[in-house]
Amino acid sequence: MKYIDEFRQRELAQKLAASIQQEADHDRQYNLMEFCGGHTHAIFRYGVQDLMPANLTFVHGPGCPVCVLPIGRIDNAIQLLEQHNVILCTYGDMLRVPASGRKSLLKAKATGADVRMVYSTQDALKIAHNNPDRQVVFFAIGFETTTPPTAVAIKQAEKQGLKNFSVFCNHVLTPAAIQSILDSPEVRDIGSVSIDGFFGPSHVSTIIGSRPYEFFAKSFQRPVVIAGFEPLDVMQSALMLIRQLNQGRHEVENEYTRVVTREGNLKAQSLVAEVFEVRRVFEWRGLGMVPNSALQIKPRFADFDAELRFQLPAIQASDIKGCECPSILRGIKKPTDCKLFGTICTPENPMGSCMVSSEGSCAAYWSYGRFRQPENKTDREGVAV
Amino acid sequence: MCLALPAKIISIDATTDRAIVAVGDVKKEISLALVEGAKVHDFVLIHVGYALNKISQQEAERTLEIFAEAGLSGEKPA
Amino acid sequence: MTTRKRFPLPLNIQDGVVDMAHGSGGRAMAQLIDQLFIKHLDNRLLRQGNDQACFSVAAGRMVMSTDGHVISPLFFPGGDIGSLAIHGTVNDVAMSGAQPLYLAAGFILEEGFPLVDLERVVISMAAAAKAAEVAVVTGDTKVVERGKGDGIFITTTGVGRVPDGVNISGDLAQPGDAILLSGTLGDHGVAVMSSRENLEFETQIESDSAALHTLVADMVAAVPSIHCLRDPTRGGLATTLNELALQSQVGMRLEERAIPVQPAVSAACELLGLDPLYIANEGKLIAICPAEKAAQLLAVMRAHPLGQQAAIIGNVVEDPNSFVQMETAFGGSRIVDWLAGEQLPRIC
Repeated sequence: MKYIDEFRQRELAQKLAASIQQEADHDRQYNLMEFCGGHTHAIFRYGVQDLMPANLTFVHGPGCPVCVLPIGRIDNAIQLLEQHNVILCTYGDMLRVPASGRKSLLKAKATGADVRMVYSTQDALKIAHNNPDRQVVFFAIGFETTTPPTAVAIKQAEKQGLKNFSVFCNHVLTPAAIQSILDSPEVRDIGSVSIDGFFGPSHVSTIIGSRPYEFFAKSFQRPVVIAGFEPLDVMQSALMLIRQLNQGRHEVENEYTRVVTREGNLKAQSLVAEVFEVRRVFEWRGLGMVPNSALQIKPRFADFDAELRFQLPAIQASDIKGCECPSILRGIKKPTDCKLFGTICTPENPMGSCMVSSEGSCAAYWSYGRFRQPENKTDREGVAV
Repeated sequence: MCLALPAKIISIDATTDRAIVAVGDVKKEISLALVEGAKVHDFVLIHVGYALNKISQQEAERTLEIFAEAGLSGEKPA
Repeated sequence: MTTRKRFPLPLNIQDGVVDMAHGSGGRAMAQLIDQLFIKHLDNRLLRQGNDQACFSVAAGRMVMSTDGHVISPLFFPGGDIGSLAIHGTVNDVAMSGAQPLYLAAGFILEEGFPLVDLERVVISMAAAAKAAEVAVVTGDTKVVERGKGDGIFITTTGVGRVPDGVNISGDLAQPGDAILLSGTLGDHGVAVMSSRENLEFETQIESDSAALHTLVADMVAAVPSIHCLRDPTRGGLATTLNELALQSQVGMRLEERAIPVQPAVSAACELLGLDPLYIANEGKLIAICPAEKAAQLLAVMRAHPLGQQAAIIGNVVEDPNSFVQMETAFGGSRIVDWLAGEQLPRIC
């Protein structure tokens, strides 16, 4: 597969590993956060940390929009099914995420609710066309990568005069999330966990460009490297971050030049700006209330806003006691620091955001990496994670 | 973050602004609503049924060259 | 065989559908059985028309296995629910090292199911059974109301006989054993997914659904000391290896580069965000044998049409945690965990 296989080559990995070993300063620690669940997934699935020196640690960040969606919003989606009898179109990722009362979309489907998994917003529009007597709601989630497809769908729905189609909008914004992490006291204090640099998201950046990260690099004095999704991209980006840190620089660099430019995709950006506006504040699972971090549908397209059409109430749901997600999302704690990890919280039975999606750091660690756990009961060669 | 994949445009339907793309030999129909000037044989990044951006062949090759150079001329730490 | 003219009109296969009368035990049911099931599955025991089949077996150990088949869609590239049902049970019996002898088939039909589809399924079963040299010697038919069944459900049960001296079981893997795989992963799952409407991708991949008992017979004849055999169906290679690791209280170490996957299957998995290790296979098997026999077993497998791409993919180790660990093609390490829930296509 072109542009995929070339970026997974073992021989190149070994070369990059040698370079990283050579250039990493043995007298310091490099804590590098990947913000993006796709990077977490790549690191674990390919075992990238085995090729890194011991003084380089990957700190796993918020992960993905599925992980950070608050329980209350999933409760709203279930309300749409149970109280309003809609056809709810959703991406596959959302089906198993637990809501309040141990419910989920998949469980609702099992009891007869009309939940339909779709691959694209185009599928949702098709379903609305084919079911003119039913209300069809698209459960929109995702960062800036996934928002433009929703904008396209809303505009098409308006053009086609679709009366039975609306969108339950939960799109969130990456820069605000990064800011929130960098603003947390534990991260800013010297002496507790530091994050020395960031791997910038791959595909969010293909839409928004590399420019929005320049602000962080400057004000928080940390280097950012926009990194591609493949394991070789991650390694090269680690090397670029190490070089910046060694040289005392804190700039935005772009490793993923084959699809990311400084300006991004202007067509997609303007489509999004036409349909959505920023919410003053939005709750993120694990991060709490974050200002200017999410989108809502503009008044011009209010007819397609499911929150208005169905008068959805704001639901405050609390996280599970003992769940360390808020700390894990910020990279302050590791999955193994959480008492619930592997005991009551597993991918089959996720308690918090870090386990709900395969991209979350707890899920990725559990599914791919738990043989690294220093166990008391066995002696195994533990590799530092 | 979001799972996006490089795919080659096999054919384009200008009236619907949709294209058939291929990942290896597997074909799928996607929307071109988010990109401009895409042509047959171009490679695009696809995500949830849409092309997000064109892939620059030049930049891709350059990136692979950078990987290959690693280990040959590693810079000494400053 | 003479067709007794008990029925005034022939069964209207072209336009007819299953209705409640076909399950009620009366004349309509008898006609369905006679002119559809017996007609195609045709064998001496079935033709006797009893509620059971009576046969002798040589002394020794018997093996019995049963499977329910609920697949949707019913027809997919490379197979259908009928051939799948035959292959599935033949394989389950064969994984003990046994030679499959006889099958039973139970059908639950939904009111309104087209007879032309039913005949297509039964013809497919008959062909698969004939090719595998097994007979469906007894069966049952029930009809449920419209809305209470997905068209057709099939349950097949099979019996077989294990040759003397063969002792194959999931709890017999030993540290040091070699792990072999008979061919490419993920073909069946991808073929079925490509026929599902809402995923809509186009590929030439066909299901690998096949009867593996002759491959097993060759393997067991050449290497009677095989410890474990299992076919990686639902949950894929990953789940099956984890099951075996747990049963045998061992760990496993795999080499990703050795695991064969067709390029088109890789591409489809990339597209959907799925891992080929977790996708169902219906014509492949895993064998675990003493290390010194691995090369010989591999050669025997590769000499058989269904094992041409067989490979040694890893080995068994001591491991109190029973982890299945893999060295990735990239050069790092990961565990290959159990499947958590159902694998769903993802956006992120």
